[in-house]
Amino acid sequence: MDRLFDWDLYGRLFALPYVQAALVAAAILGVLAGVLGPLIVSRNMAFAVHGTSELAFTGGAAALLLGADVGHGALAGAIVAALVLGLLSRRSSDHDSVIGAVLSFGLGVGVLLLWFYPGRAANKFGLLVGQIVGVDFASIALLASCGIGVLLVLLVIYRPLLFASVDPDVAKARGVPVGMLSIVFAVLVGVATALGVQTVGALLVLALMITPAAAAARVTASPLRATVLAVIFAETAALGGFILSLAPGAPVSAFVTGISFLIYLVCWTVGRGRGRVGRTPRLPDAVQLHGGVSG
Amino acid sequence: MSEVPAVSLRDATLGYGDRILWSGLNLDIERGEFVVVLGPNGSGKTSLLRVLLGLQPLSSGTVRIVGEAPGRGNRRIGYIPQQRAIDAPLRGRDLVGLGLDGHRWGTGLSRIRERREKVDQALADVGAEAFAKAPVARLSGGEQQRLRVAQALVSDPEVLLCDEPLLSLDLANQRVVSSLIDHRRRSADTAVLFVTHEINPVLPLVDRVLYLVDGRFRIGRPDEVMNSETLSELYRAKIDVVRVRGQIHVVGAQSAVCEDQPHHLHEEPA
Repeated sequence: MDRLFDWDLYGRLFALPYVQAALVAAAILGVLAGVLGPLIVSRNMAFAVHGTSELAFTGGAAALLLGADVGHGALAGAIVAALVLGLLSRRSSDHDSVIGAVLSFGLGVGVLLLWFYPGRAANKFGLLVGQIVGVDFASIALLASCGIGVLLVLLVIYRPLLFASVDPDVAKARGVPVGMLSIVFAVLVGVATALGVQTVGALLVLALMITPAAAAARVTASPLRATVLAVIFAETAALGGFILSLAPGAPVSAFVTGISFLIYLVCWTVGRGRGRVGRTPRLPDAVQLHGGVSG
Repeated sequence: MSEVPAVSLRDATLGYGDRILWSGLNLDIERGEFVVVLGPNGSGKTSLLRVLLGLQPLSSGTVRIVGEAPGRGNRRIGYIPQQRAIDAPLRGRDLVGLGLDGHRWGTGLSRIRERREKVDQALADVGAEAFAKAPVARLSGGEQQRLRVAQALVSDPEVLLCDEPLLSLDLANQRVVSSLIDHRRRSADTAVLFVTHEINPVLPLVDRVLYLVDGRFRIGRPDEVMNSETLSELYRAKIDVVRVRGQIHVVGAQSAVCEDQPHHLHEEPA
């Protein structure tokens, strides 16, 4: 345990270029996950994100085997998956089972592809549980440009997207292109997920994409505040998890998921406590009625 | 402006495949007019709203709303859906704000003050200030539906389309919501098209009734449509329309006539 708090060691580690690159990668991922997360949560897309991340893994594995860049492969896999899952209607009752069927098959193909790959085991393991330290500056460039692209698109479509996510019937009536937005959003999630696959790994993308937003939703109902909190939580988990994993050389994902789950538990407790104690006393409707009619 | 009817249907037919929901429908709704759409399930009441919103094309005929083709003028239309549990993490004022500018692209930061004022005003108009900052999911059905009215009115619409907005509300809240809608059309000359199963909560407000049954329909003042003769013709069955204490009750051989309003059963003359 001493090694966790060895400041001198940390000083030397932070000076290493690949550690700096990994920190930048984690920071970019934290922002993306925090911004997208609340929308994913209000659209009930947690499972779709999980499916997308599994298929990003498959894409990455295929790229590894073909000798292409793993990051590009993961990106391609995630976008294909996002489009497929985005085109499936959210309303269809078998949505979850379709995702389940597609993702298990994709994961199986990915495992097969890795088995064909003659290279080192570390590469195989990295795609599943994350290998942030392997991020080089070329990947950082891809990560940063994808990240900026996602944020810019989101800035333009944010209001209609929020409308379509929380209130689709009225949004449609107001002329919001709900179907088109759900495909665009699926692609944005696909890109962010693919970036996540390289850092925390396919199996643990949910720890950054879902858990911080779910935690934020426990303590606030304001979309703006939920987004700000989700970014803070995701950054804490991503950067904190990475830094804690450095000295012992432990897997990043264990720390990232641990921190985000801890945050979730705290928010859950706070939300419950507030729900019981601080709930605004509500007058019966009949009493408020008079204010409503004459007002 | 005022010469153009708020809603205009000419020889309009809507069908899916072989099934015709209604045909030859001619209807002009003037500004400030309150029109109720009645009829059994599956008679095409909600489909009519979908046509007006541009979500469903007519099989034949023409339709104009706020003087434009459907789908083009949606920003000048307010829409109130039936009350349904909202589980999204959202406060009341966020729901109302989306009605104002939720359809706009971009950040909207330049109008943030104007937005706040308009949302505050809309919340005050429906008496929702007290619970505007509470999570919508925790509010009662009546409170949620008042927010729905504010959400529809905050954009200052010329036409208000309501799809069973009183369903699952208690009597007191039915009265609150319908009088808010009525107040709006009187103060701003907004045309109201109000789809419902049950005319009684809005009977004093109604100018005209569109009654749809099995592809047939009647349009007219409530007393012109809601009588035994007309409804018997429409349903092609013996229908009695009974007026009890200012309310209209439709008593028919078919259970489909009485819909899902169980209190009719108790008030049927023995």
